[in-house]
Amino acid sequence: MSEQQQAQTEKLAHQLLQRAAPSRTVYEDLIIVPVFAIVAALILGGLVMLATNVSLEAIGKSYVALIYGSVGSLGAWSETLTAATPLVLAGLGVAMGFRAGFFNIGAEGQVLMGGMAAVIAGFSFAGLPIYIHLPLALMAGILVGGFYAGIAGWLRAATGAHEVISTIMLNLISYRLVDYLLKVPFIQKSGRSDPISNAVLDSAQLPRLLDWIDPNLRVHGGLIIMLLAVWFCYWLLFKTTIGFEFRASGENADAARFAGMRSGLIVVLVMALAGALAGLAGANQVLGVLERASPGFSAGIGFNAISVALLGRSHPIGVLIAGLLFGALEAGGRQMQVDAGVSLDLIGIVQSLIIAFIAAPLLVRAVFPWGFRGKAASRKE
Amino acid sequence: MDFKRLAKPALLAGMMVLGSAASALAFTACQVTDTGGIDDNGFNQTAWKGVTDAMAEHGIEGRFLESQAATDYEPNINSLLGGCDIIITVGFLMGDATAAAAQANPDQKFSIVDYAYDPTIPNVLGQVFATDQAAFLAGYLAAGMTKSGTVGTFGGINIPPVTVFMDGFAWGVDYYNQQKGTSVTVLGWDPDTKEGLFTNNFESLDDGRTFAQNLYDEGADIVLPVAGPVGLGSAALADELGTDNLKIIGVDADQYLTNPEKQGVYLTSILKQMDATVKSAIEAAMDGTFAGGLEVGTLENAGVGLAPYHDMDSAVPAELKSEIETIKQQIIDGTISVGM
Repeated sequence: MSEQQQAQTEKLAHQLLQRAAPSRTVYEDLIIVPVFAIVAALILGGLVMLATNVSLEAIGKSYVALIYGSVGSLGAWSETLTAATPLVLAGLGVAMGFRAGFFNIGAEGQVLMGGMAAVIAGFSFAGLPIYIHLPLALMAGILVGGFYAGIAGWLRAATGAHEVISTIMLNLISYRLVDYLLKVPFIQKSGRSDPISNAVLDSAQLPRLLDWIDPNLRVHGGLIIMLLAVWFCYWLLFKTTIGFEFRASGENADAARFAGMRSGLIVVLVMALAGALAGLAGANQVLGVLERASPGFSAGIGFNAISVALLGRSHPIGVLIAGLLFGALEAGGRQMQVDAGVSLDLIGIVQSLIIAFIAAPLLVRAVFPWGFRGKAASRKE
Repeated sequence: MDFKRLAKPALLAGMMVLGSAASALAFTACQVTDTGGIDDNGFNQTAWKGVTDAMAEHGIEGRFLESQAATDYEPNINSLLGGCDIIITVGFLMGDATAAAAQANPDQKFSIVDYAYDPTIPNVLGQVFATDQAAFLAGYLAAGMTKSGTVGTFGGINIPPVTVFMDGFAWGVDYYNQQKGTSVTVLGWDPDTKEGLFTNNFESLDDGRTFAQNLYDEGADIVLPVAGPVGLGSAALADELGTDNLKIIGVDADQYLTNPEKQGVYLTSILKQMDATVKSAIEAAMDGTFAGGLEVGTLENAGVGLAPYHDMDSAVPAELKSEIETIKQQIIDGTISVGM
């Protein structure tokens, strides 16, 4: 046995051991590094705020507000979960694409199209009971979102058009399509000349979960749908043949094709699934939060979903955690404005720093060289 | 582990919060801005000035929350509930969210800029403005000042508080044409069909530049952008082209003062004195006279008006100035009825 081979065998044995019993390295990666990432981001964010003449007292107040506003009260939890729900849903969609090797930039457009379909189904069909009307409206969002993303999948499978380009273009088309649809007489709210839709009927609204405690608690039934979607994606990816095919195509598309997997079908399926999840995120927003559609109601959810998917390393549970972090930052950021009067732009910088540091474990290890024994664990699941 | 190191700043921050709680007894006025931001040199900034004026005069506390998107309206209003004596929402688009919050929280006082509820809500004071009266004067002025015989306007979103500017402007130009037998044309808005140019946002300075450029290319030498900070992009273009080629009419605030870097480009501004109405709503809430309903700003009560000409003063003929003064009086006494 040559020396090289021996080294390889040892490496393999080490990897196998690690899988059997997660070492300190894994623990560091999952818990300590994120904690230090947040500390580093808060320090750097504080320095940025100091540089723009925010007083030390206001900085301290704003960080307390960030925590209080995200997890410090029932209302804060409600806001965090409300903000996280669509991000997790759309993030799952993007993550499914990543798993199969597709870079789906189109979640924003899919959120918009799914949301529009859900709104139209939600204000039409008066008189239906909620147990028919609500699923119908949700299904409209899922189908239209899936169809819209399926276009990009089909273009890839049939013509080889790269999905990054086609999904970006579909985003641009969706913006103007929504502007147009919101001016169509049967969609536009009567008596208004600006683009805004009719309100979703009560029978199609996602019920609020905690309004019996306080009518201002906004957390709604979408949360349950989101948790189901996380479970579904996990099951699909890791427990089914189609999920195996997704992952195999993502690891090595050629090998998957030679193994007899139908790559064209997988492209279309995975994009449709991604779009369905993003469409569900859009439906969740209009049926649970906004009650109507107006231009730009997606509010960047589709783009944040890309960060959520990457931060969650395209694992359904990771996406859930990353989505909750984004939601917490959104809810906490609002409280920072209220309590400390810090400008929204600075809050955006602090939020981005936190996310950037968490996404860059190697950077954190470089900033805090002490306390980390092992090297960075493998990035791949 | 490093918990000690972590605990220290947290403790420090905790003490700071306790310190701030002591001052929470003061009357607090809170504001939720529309998209565009609190520093937009116009709409939101003018409304916020009402709060800062009240802070300076009465020693109250003021807070604001900026909305980044329509999705922020409801959570922004919600997160101010409980801590504020009065919540002022700024903008027509917040009408639905404000009504919902007001009905869910009947003890909380609200005031909204640019929205009139019908029927009124007992805990909401709507502040609306007869902006077309002031815009009429601006239209007359623009028609008298144009050299190319073409003036232009564009809006942010096709909603009444925006189009009321454009209506008044177009009617003012029409009135000038009637009086003088001229044929000055208005690009960008037709008050009869209610169709015109809209950027569909209140944020993009690039749009402000592009729309003004398009109007300029079509021959307009005076442009009225009614889109909050979007108009700052138009002002930047006018600054580059030179005021001989393109002049801008400001909106909401006297933009000669709020946009000092580009102040030379403003012929005048159509003032909408939201600062005054916001302040009076706060004062009403303070002295207990607050009541839901409607407050209308007009030329007569100086709720709307035309800003001074500033640097352009020498360029505006004295005759035109006096005609505008006359028309202003005629609108106030009803001899001229704007838009009827």
